[in-house]
Parts: sequence; structure tokens; C-alpha cells
Amino acid sequence: MNILQIEDLCVSIGDREVLKGIDLFIPRGEVHTLFGPNGSGKTTLLSAIMGFEGYRVTRGKIIFNGVDITELPTYERARLGLGISFQKPPAINGVKLKQLAQICAKEDGKRLEEFAEMLNLKEHLEREVNVGFSGGEVKRSELLQLLLQRPELVLLDEPESGVDLENIAIIGEAINILLGKKVASTEEKSIKRIKEERKKAALLITHTGHILDYVDADRGHVLLNGKIVCSGNPREILSTIKDHGYEECYRCFKDEFKGG
Amino acid sequence: MGNEIERIVKEIKDEAPPRSEEEIKRLSEEERNLLLKTGIDILGKNRCGLFFQHDHSVIKCESMVDGVEVMDIEEARKRYGLEEYWWKLIPPDKDIWTKRAAEHQEHGYFIRSFEGAKVTYPVQSCLYLSMDRLAQDVHNIVIAEEGSELHIITGCAAGPHVRSGLHVGISEFYVKKGAKLRFTMIHNWAEEMAVRPRTVVVVEEGGSFESNYICLLPARDLQMYPTAILSGKDAVATFNTVLLAKEGSYMDTGSRVVLKKEGCRAEIISRAVSVGGTIIARGHLVGEAPGVKAHLECKGLLLSPKGVIHAIPELEGRTSDLDMSHEAAVGKIAKEEIEYLMARGLTEQEATSLIVKGFLSIDIEGLPDELKREIDGLISTVEKEGL
Repeated sequence: MNILQIEDLCVSIGDREVLKGIDLFIPRGEVHTLFGPNGSGKTTLLSAIMGFEGYRVTRGKIIFNGVDITELPTYERARLGLGISFQKPPAINGVKLKQLAQICAKEDGKRLEEFAEMLNLKEHLEREVNVGFSGGEVKRSELLQLLLQRPELVLLDEPESGVDLENIAIIGEAINILLGKKVASTEEKSIKRIKEERKKAALLITHTGHILDYVDADRGHVLLNGKIVCSGNPREILSTIKDHGYEECYRCFKDEFKGG
Repeated sequence: MGNEIERIVKEIKDEAPPRSEEEIKRLSEEERNLLLKTGIDILGKNRCGLFFQHDHSVIKCESMVDGVEVMDIEEARKRYGLEEYWWKLIPPDKDIWTKRAAEHQEHGYFIRSFEGAKVTYPVQSCLYLSMDRLAQDVHNIVIAEEGSELHIITGCAAGPHVRSGLHVGISEFYVKKGAKLRFTMIHNWAEEMAVRPRTVVVVEEGGSFESNYICLLPARDLQMYPTAILSGKDAVATFNTVLLAKEGSYMDTGSRVVLKKEGCRAEIISRAVSVGGTIIARGHLVGEAPGVKAHLECKGLLLSPKGVIHAIPELEGRTSDLDMSHEAAVGKIAKEEIEYLMARGLTEQEATSLIVKGFLSIDIEGLPDELKREIDGLISTVEKEGL
């Protein structure tokens, strides 16, 4: 069964149509990556899936776990099991990271310290959320929150941007734990729980592809001008883009379009 | 607002029946809770002194430790004279309110920490108004003698049956060489009250003064501009102010620090939230000696289109080689912040409330837990009403 099913989705920001008929299906347990040049609509797609204000769905629908969430407010989507790592999250003055982590954790607060330790964020727990955090600290703090929130589908908007190589490995590890692909060393879980967690899925935006050295992706999609123009093996797509740039995607798309 | 205050003053009474110490025992649960919310724990233990003025009577005055004395100011003047402290920082003819206090004054407190004494727990002082339309004019003197440390929590509150009234408070504080005075004041007034505190603090060499002021309940007309004069080398002053104004409240408050000697430092931080009321958030730093360092920060959050927040930060340099700066920002909550928290599962209401709490949170050491909880609770309720 698909955990996420997006059908003919059109999204406008103000009067500008950014997404022009997106069809995207993510089966349980799969990791999909989204490639595309700046302005192609990648972040808009994630924002529309989360239901952020200003992203107006003009056509189509978003089905999450069999529920049509197209009209639901953001917090209800989060409560149904959607989570997002922001590319550039805002700073929240006066609110400590620990407070926010506790909110994310709900009843599962005992793992907070453990995850914070793993992500090298123990001292940041007492600091204000994202206030004066470096690029890497921001991304690790996003993953800390998500590890505690335990979403079934996680949207990752450039989780490695602004992160140095050493920290990309930590972020990759956190994503794998989040998706149940790797069991944290100190964890004692039933096999049932581990299997259940392997059904978790992700939709990942990456520019550099560095994160794919740590996280196995099942399928890749290329977004151009608000449309998915190509889907396939993520590593092949990435190497084509690296060698030939998105120009090749335009050419390929034109050929397909002519042929069809 | 001028008419409002004239109306309030016209209606007030200057006479109150005498109260006795027995009144403390007779305080209803409602009244005791009200005082708790003002930082005054009548039955509690975590303090080293208590001063309680009920309307025009001082009904309790005690010090539990050797290093500090707590007295009715009348008593202290009889015993010590206090000529070198009485009306020395504030001239009686400064404005109509100081004149009023000079003519009508009914008591006030005298609190002094002795040389070298380090007082762990705060001295609690309470100025309580239980009668509607009463005027209370007090004159307080605080002295932190050389090398001593003192924390005072002053709670000013109006009783459950008070709607209107006038409170005028003259406060002259003396922080001697190397002494530390922390002064936390919580105002819980009534909707129709006019409030005029007049405070001047002088800080000698190496001394430090920290003021924390919290006013979250409505007051019709509040106006104050406490001033710290750093008269000795390396003296330090910090003012933290937290204000919340409901519709119908008018709060014109500010803090001023005059840095007179080398090495003096000052910080003024204010956080103002309006859910419909008007707040004028002032701040004034005067640098008179080279090498002083001071910062002023005024932040305002408007949660209602009816509210007004007017931040007026002023920097006045009177010599070269100064390091003085300010930062002011007034606005509504950023949509991105609310959405960020909603993406973690909080409703819009919960997200807003968390952001407002964060905005107003300033770490005040030694604040009783009841008061912290109260502040949190208050923010949540006002929040709901305000939106």
C-alpha cells in the first residue's frame, strides 16, 4: 500500500502556479528523492504536503495512509504521522530546544537525552531553538525533533546543506534510525516494532546527493517547472545530472513529450 | 488619558480605617492566592523578612535573619533620622505625584542589609489595597550597605473587590560600595487603577543593581520611569521588564541608567505584549564617562489589531569613547514560527502560546515557583482571550 499518494496536484503561491499536475506514489518502507533545479517546485511540494499557509491547492489531492489530507490543517497532518525537516527553520526566542523536543516526544521522553547525545546536541538542549545555531546544528536539531516525533512519512528538505562531511555521516545515521533501517545500538526493541518501523518512508530533497552515500534511496524523481519529468533509479538520475546538468533532463523530457 | 486619570483622582478617598496584624489571619483564600500571584507567600518559609502594608496600615514587619532589617519607614525615621536618605534622590516637587506623596504619605518600608551581610532568601514586601477607590501613597527606602547582598520581592496588589484607586510609590534605593541589590516587583492592579511609582537608585563603586518588573494584569493608567545612577567606578545596573496590556490598559514605562564613571555597565531589556492595550516602552541610557558599556533592548509583540506598542529607545552620549547600543523591534508573531511548531503537532493556539511564553521568558533568579507558574498560566489565558 502507498503511504503517500499524490494525484494531479496543482499548487499556486499567490497567482503563480508552481506545481502543475504532480503524480507521485510512495509505497511503505521506501525512500524517494526529489531532484530539480532551483525554483522547480521541490520545497513547494513538501510545503503543500504539510499544508502550510500560502500554498493553495487548486486541483488534485494528497492521500496519506488512505486519508485525504488535502484540506487538513498542518498539525492534524503531523498528528497523523507526517514529519518534516525544514531547510531553513525559524529561530524561536525564549523556547529551549529541550522544551520543543519534549513536545515532539510526547510520552517517549526518555530517549531524548540518548538521541541528543548521538547528534552532539546535549549542550544545545538548554539553548533557544535555532538561535545562533550553525548550519549543521540546525539540521541535527531538526533530526532530533523528528526522531522523537516518530513520523511514518518524513519529508527531508536538503538535510545535508550547510553540513560538513563528518556531520553528514551523523545525519545519515539519524535518518536511518528514523526510518527503522538501522537500530540504535542501545535500543531494545521487539522484532515486531522493528518490522513496523521499516514501513516508514521518506521523501528527500537533495542537491548534492551526498546524503545518498549514507541513506539508501529506492527511487528518484526529477522536477522541472512544476512537473515530474522523470522517475527511476536515484543513483542513475544523480550521475546523469552530475555529468550533464539539468539540460539533459530538459532534452530527455522534450523527446519523451514528442514521442508521446 | 489625561481625563481618565483626573476622573480616577477625583473619585478617590484619602482615608482608610486602621488595620491590625489580625487582618493577616483573616485574609480569605482568594486574597492569599492573589498575594501568592504577586510573589508574596504569607504563610511560606522561603524568605528572610516580611513587610506587609494593608491600605494605610503596616500590619506586619519582621526580619528573620541577623543581616537584614525590615521596618515601617515611620519607625525607621524616628530611630535613625534618615535625613541623608529622605527625599534625597527624588525632589518632592518633581511632579504632582511626588508632591502628593510628600503631603499624603502613609508609611512605606525601610529595608537595609548590613555591611557584608549576604542574604540568601528574598525579603518579601507587600503593598496591598483592599478598599475600592482608595489612594495609597507610600515612601520606601532601601539601603544595601557596603559589600552586602539583598533580594527584595515587592508585590503590589489590589484586592478582589477593588476596581479603582490610586497608588503612588516613592522609592529611594542606595546601593553602597560593592553591594548587590536585586529588586523584583510584581504589579497586580485592578482595571480602573492609576499607578505612579517614582524610583531612583544610586549605585556606588563596584555595586550592582538588578531590577525585574512584571506587570501582566490590567491597569488603567500606569506611568513610571525608574532611574539608576551609577555614581562609582565599575557600577552595574540591569533592568528587565515584562509587560502585558489588555484592552483598556495604558502602560507608559521605561528604565533609565546614567553611567557616570569609568567601567560602568548597564543593560535594559524589555518585553511588551499587547492584546489590545497601549504600551509605551521607553529606555534611556546616558553615558557620561569614557569606557562605559551599555545596551538597550526593546521588543514588542502585537497580538491584536487594537493594540499599540510604541518603543522609544534613547541613547545619550556625553563623552567620546562610549560603547552604547540599542535594538528595538515591534511586530506580530511570524507565521513561519507558528507553522514550524504546527508541523510538530501543535495547534495554532498552542504554537502561539508557546511563542508568547518564550518571548516573555526572562530568567529571573529567585522567583518563587508559584509566581513562575502564575506567569505561565496568565499568559495562556490572556492569549486565548486575545486571539
